[in-house]
Amino acid sequence: MNSPRIPSATTGTESGSASRFTATPFVRKKERREAAAKWIFFSMAAAMVLPLLWLVSYIVVRAMPSLSLDFLLDPPLRGMTEGGIWPALVGTIYLIVVALAISTPIGVLAAIYLNEYARENWFHRVISMAVINLAGVPSIVHALFGLGAFVYAAQFGYSVISAALTLAIMTMPVVITSTREALASVPRSFREACWNVGATRWQTIKAVVLPNSVGGILTGIILEVSRTAGETAPIMFTGAVFYKAVERGDFFPYQLNDQCMALSMHLFALSTQVPGVKPSLPFATAVILLGVVLAVNATSITLRVWLRNRKKW
Amino acid sequence: MALPSLTGKSLRPARPLWAVCGEKMLELLIRFCGVSAIIFVLAIFFFVFKEAAPVLWSKNFNLTQFLCSPEWYPTSVSNVRYGVLALIVGTACVSGLAVFLAVPFSLGAAVFISEFCGPKLKEVLKIVIELLAAIPSVVWGFIGLTVTSKIVQQMTGAPVGVNILNGGIILALMCVPIIASISEDALKAVPDTYREAALALGATRWQIVYRVLLPAAKNGLLAAVLLGVGRAVGETMAVLMATGHAVNIPHGILDSVRTLTANIAAELGEAPAQSEHYRILFLTGILLFFITFVINVTADFVVRGIRQK
Repeated sequence: MNSPRIPSATTGTESGSASRFTATPFVRKKERREAAAKWIFFSMAAAMVLPLLWLVSYIVVRAMPSLSLDFLLDPPLRGMTEGGIWPALVGTIYLIVVALAISTPIGVLAAIYLNEYARENWFHRVISMAVINLAGVPSIVHALFGLGAFVYAAQFGYSVISAALTLAIMTMPVVITSTREALASVPRSFREACWNVGATRWQTIKAVVLPNSVGGILTGIILEVSRTAGETAPIMFTGAVFYKAVERGDFFPYQLNDQCMALSMHLFALSTQVPGVKPSLPFATAVILLGVVLAVNATSITLRVWLRNRKKW
Repeated sequence: MALPSLTGKSLRPARPLWAVCGEKMLELLIRFCGVSAIIFVLAIFFFVFKEAAPVLWSKNFNLTQFLCSPEWYPTSVSNVRYGVLALIVGTACVSGLAVFLAVPFSLGAAVFISEFCGPKLKEVLKIVIELLAAIPSVVWGFIGLTVTSKIVQQMTGAPVGVNILNGGIILALMCVPIIASISEDALKAVPDTYREAALALGATRWQIVYRVLLPAAKNGLLAAVLLGVGRAVGETMAVLMATGHAVNIPHGILDSVRTLTANIAAELGEAPAQSEHYRILFLTGILLFFITFVINVTADFVVRGIRQK
């Protein structure tokens, strides 16, 4: 309802009906400006979309020579100048799984607290402010925090667990915000009906609020997957390494206290640190990373649209 | 089912004790998780500061030099100097240029999405914005390193393609989706009655936009720009890969610079743990933490300004 339809005066004059007003120069000027503004804003929106399409297609074209199933399954070969990305792919999956296992419960419960328990007062504001700041702290500061807290203070060392903890704290605001939105979209009357038959607060949440918002929470968690997959800076100094020898197609190469490779880190390493890389290799890595992230996001968006269409209230 | 009775006993069938206790425990856990965001922010500050603190009393360190000297020689043997002015200027230049480039486009796009386009196109554009925002910063950095830097070099004839302009373009592309989506929300928050009143006076959509919507949504738009600045200042991988690696105060838009974030990312791996250099990098982290903290809190207050009106 944000773009009200405006009956265009030009169509009115063109239809030639005598009862209509004819356009005065003032009106014509007004309409010329309107048309110009529309095109300017349209081109600005297009300027935002086109680079995306162009860049993605350019990267895909450059990556073509390397893209194959072997590229996915092979470990990097000959000093990382050839071969595939298998260890990095598995490492990224490890990081995602561990980070999600840590941040999802805390994030969802925090959102439940903020939406269902907390009253609108200064404390609530402080928590919201903290969530905003947690999301706004630069990723490299999260990396410093992870290094100081998990690698040294907690003595996890450079490991999957340190990196995943850092990622978990960094991406938690994503879960908190989207879960809060999902919970807030459940009408208050549902809760009141439940309270009125004598349910406690938690029983209401369990029986009414969560089942009605689980889809929205899921979209948030999926979004978090994509954030976790893409981040580089926080894992650079907490657990990701340039290279680790892994067999082709080995699904369980890492322990929780091992260092691991990760796709994002691998892309960084290939494009800046390794001399003599086959030129299409970093492009192919970028395509896989971009593909994973965009596919995950597309899933989240599709789920959201589907949920919105079958919403009952 | 218990019927009302006059004995004064509870009308509800009693729940087993374990259920009541379990629920209390769970609620306690929920409360704890709710406070966790505050704990995490404090923990970030605490641990980063804890690593940085010892250097504050070191004889090589003095705060004025740290903030006002452009001389960054953390590994010099004879005369160690830690001045981050060049890095601050680098950050300011790159993010300033990025925001300067991004703001017109993102506001224009937000206005188009919110006011000018039909519902189908609107859906599509919002999805595109979301996907743009999801592209990882390392991919942007890679694009900056391999694609746009070549274009910048060809167009301007600069000796190196990785410079302020290149970093600014990449950061602008990264900021646009954020500013656009938040501005779109701000425009959506303007009540439809405002639009209707303007329409009734015979205003065209363009007139509505610049006479009614922009003034009404200006706080939200300002907050959007501020959050864009926050993102630009805090961005690490993209600027690390796209701005070159020269620690100097730039003289033009085609000079290479290094930003605060990129400096930490580039040198933390080489600095021996617990050394002075390492602690100085953590101190830079504290500086960044404060910069983004101030930006975020300001943005929040600006938004709250509208709500109170």
